[in-house]
Amino acid sequence: MTIATPAPAADPAPPRRRTPGGDHIPRATRSVLRRVAGAAVPYGLIAPFFAIFAAFGLFPMLYTAWISLTDRDMLHPGDERFVGLRNYTDLLSDDFFWKAVRNTFLLMAMSSVPQLVLALILAHVLNARLRGRTLFRMGVLLPNITSIVAVTIVFSQIFGRQFGLVSWLLGEVGLDPINWQAGEWTSKIAISSMVIWRWTGYNALIYLAAMQAIPKEHFEAAAMDGAGTWRQLWHITLPALRPTIAFTALVSVIGQIQLFTEPLLFDTSPGSVSGGNGHQFQTLALLLYEESFRLHNFGYGSAIAWVMFLVTVVFAALAYLVTRGGARLRGGSR
Amino acid sequence: MTAFSRAPGERSGPLRYPFLFLALIVSAFPVYWTFMIPSRTNDAVGQLPPPFLPGGHFFENAARVFDTVNFGKALLNSLVVAGSITASTLLFCSAAGFAFAKLTFRGHGALLLTVIATMMVPMQLGIIPLYLEMQEFGWANHLVAVILPTAVTAFGVVFMRQNVLQAVPDELLDAGRMDGCGTLRLYWHVALPALRPGLAVLGLLTFMQAWNDFMWPLIVLNSENPTVQVALSTLAAGHYRDNTLVLAGTALGTLPVLVVFALFGRQIISGIMEGAVKG
Repeated sequence: MTIATPAPAADPAPPRRRTPGGDHIPRATRSVLRRVAGAAVPYGLIAPFFAIFAAFGLFPMLYTAWISLTDRDMLHPGDERFVGLRNYTDLLSDDFFWKAVRNTFLLMAMSSVPQLVLALILAHVLNARLRGRTLFRMGVLLPNITSIVAVTIVFSQIFGRQFGLVSWLLGEVGLDPINWQAGEWTSKIAISSMVIWRWTGYNALIYLAAMQAIPKEHFEAAAMDGAGTWRQLWHITLPALRPTIAFTALVSVIGQIQLFTEPLLFDTSPGSVSGGNGHQFQTLALLLYEESFRLHNFGYGSAIAWVMFLVTVVFAALAYLVTRGGARLRGGSR
Repeated sequence: MTAFSRAPGERSGPLRYPFLFLALIVSAFPVYWTFMIPSRTNDAVGQLPPPFLPGGHFFENAARVFDTVNFGKALLNSLVVAGSITASTLLFCSAAGFAFAKLTFRGHGALLLTVIATMMVPMQLGIIPLYLEMQEFGWANHLVAVILPTAVTAFGVVFMRQNVLQAVPDELLDAGRMDGCGTLRLYWHVALPALRPGLAVLGLLTFMQAWNDFMWPLIVLNSENPTVQVALSTLAAGHYRDNTLVLAGTALGTLPVLVVFALFGRQIISGIMEGAVKG
C-alpha cells in the first residue's frame, strides 16, 4: 500500500516559521526547492543499495566478461592483451575444466536430491502438534548456523583415514578403512554429506512454513476418505508445495554451482587447491580460484566465471518455467 | 479407528518422536564432536575406538590456538566486520524497504523488480574484478574490502519491505504527516520503532552470515589480518594432523554464533519461516 496523499512533496508547511538564513529566498522558490527535495527523498532512501550493487555487483560481473577476452596476469596489472575467445576455446580442450564440470554436476545431484527429499520428510514429521516443538526446530537448524569452514573441518576429521570415526565404524563391522579423499566417489560422498548435513534442516523449515499455509480442511477431508499420513503427503502436500520445492531446488542448485569451501578444505595436502591429487573433487569454483589466485591467470579464470554464470542463468530459467507451468496448470483447473 | 479421531495437527505416525530424536542426534553430533575432540589430548584422540566423552584439556588446546595463529586479531576482525555489516544492512535495508513499501515515486515497480533480480546474481562471478577494484582503491587486505560489498543486500531490502507492509499501518504514517513530519522523519521516528522485531531478525541472520563468510575474505585478506574463518582455514591447512588444535580453533570460532543461536533461536527460526512464506 502506498500513501496516496498529494505526494511527499506537498507536505503541509512545517511548524518552523522562520528558516534561519533562508529568509531572503522568495516564498515561491522555497516551496519549489522543498518539492524537488521531497521528490528526491525516496531515491535517496534506495540509493545505497543501488550504489553498492552497481559498484561491487554489476560492474565486476560485466568487467569479468571483458577480462575473459584478454590475457591478463594478476602479477602484471595493466599488461593485458586482447585475445578474443581464446580463453573459452582453451577451456573446451582443458581436461581439468571438464573434470570440474563433471564434479560440480555430480556433487550437485548427490547433495541436492537427498537434501530436499530428506527436508520434505522432516518437514512433514515436524508439521504436527509436537511437544518440544521449538527444541526440534532449533535442533534441525543447528547445522545451518555453523560455518562451512567449521563443518568441513569437523567432517574431514570424522572421515579421516586412520583415526576417523567412520573408518572405525567400518572396522567394527569388519570392513577395511577407506581413504575417503583419494577416491572418485568416496570423496564426493564425503563432500555431499557435508552439504546435506548443513542444509537439510534449513530447507525443512522452509517446507514447514509452506505446509502450514495449506488449509487444514484439505487434510481433514483426505483423512475422512481414509488417506493415511504418507498418502496425504503425496496427494495434498506435494502438489501445494510445488512452487516452494522449485524455489528451494533453484537456491540449492545455484549454491552447488558455487561449491567452494568444502572441496578446498577437504583437501589435506598442504597448499593444494586442486581438489585432490587427481582433481577428483575439484569444482568449477575451486578451479576458478586456482587459475585466478594461485596461477594468476585472470583472463582464464574470468572465462570460467562466465561459464558458471551461464549455467546459473540456464537453471534459473528452468526453475522459472517449472513454476510458471505449475501456475498455469493450477489456473486451468479452476 | 484412530485416524478419524485424530486432530488434523497430528498427522504423522507413531514413529515421529524416534525419528525426530534421530534427526536431533544427527544434527547435534558434529557440533558435539567439535567441542569434544579438543577437550582431549592428541594421544587420546588418535586411539581406536576414539573417545566419546569430553576430557579436561580444552583450555590447554584453546591456548595453543592463540599461540599458533593470530586468533585474537581474527576474533576482533570478525566482530568488526560482522558488526559493521549488520549495522549498515539494518539502516540501508530498512530505508529502502520503507521507500518501496510506502512511497510513490517514478520507476517504483521497475526498481523493485531490479532489486529482486539481483538476488539471483552470485557475487562470486565478479570476484576477479572485485579484487582488482579493491587493489585499485588501496583496500586490499583492509577490512573495508570485506564490509562494503555486503553492506546492503537485496534480500534485506525485500525482507524489510515485507516487514514495513505488515508492521507499519498507513494510518500511523498519515497521523505523522498531520503532525508535520517529512518523509525522512516518518521513516526514522514512526516506521523504525514499529520495525524492531523485523530488524532484530534481519540483524541476527546478517550477523551470522557475515561471521561465517569465507571465500571473499580468504581472497582479499592475508593471514596477517584474517577473519575467524580465514584463520581457521590457515590452521587446518598447516596442521591437519593436530586435530585437537584445529578443532579447538573451530570450536572457538563457532562459539559466538552458537551463543547467538541459543539466545535468539526462536526469532531466527521465525525469520526463516516468514521469509519462506513471503518469498
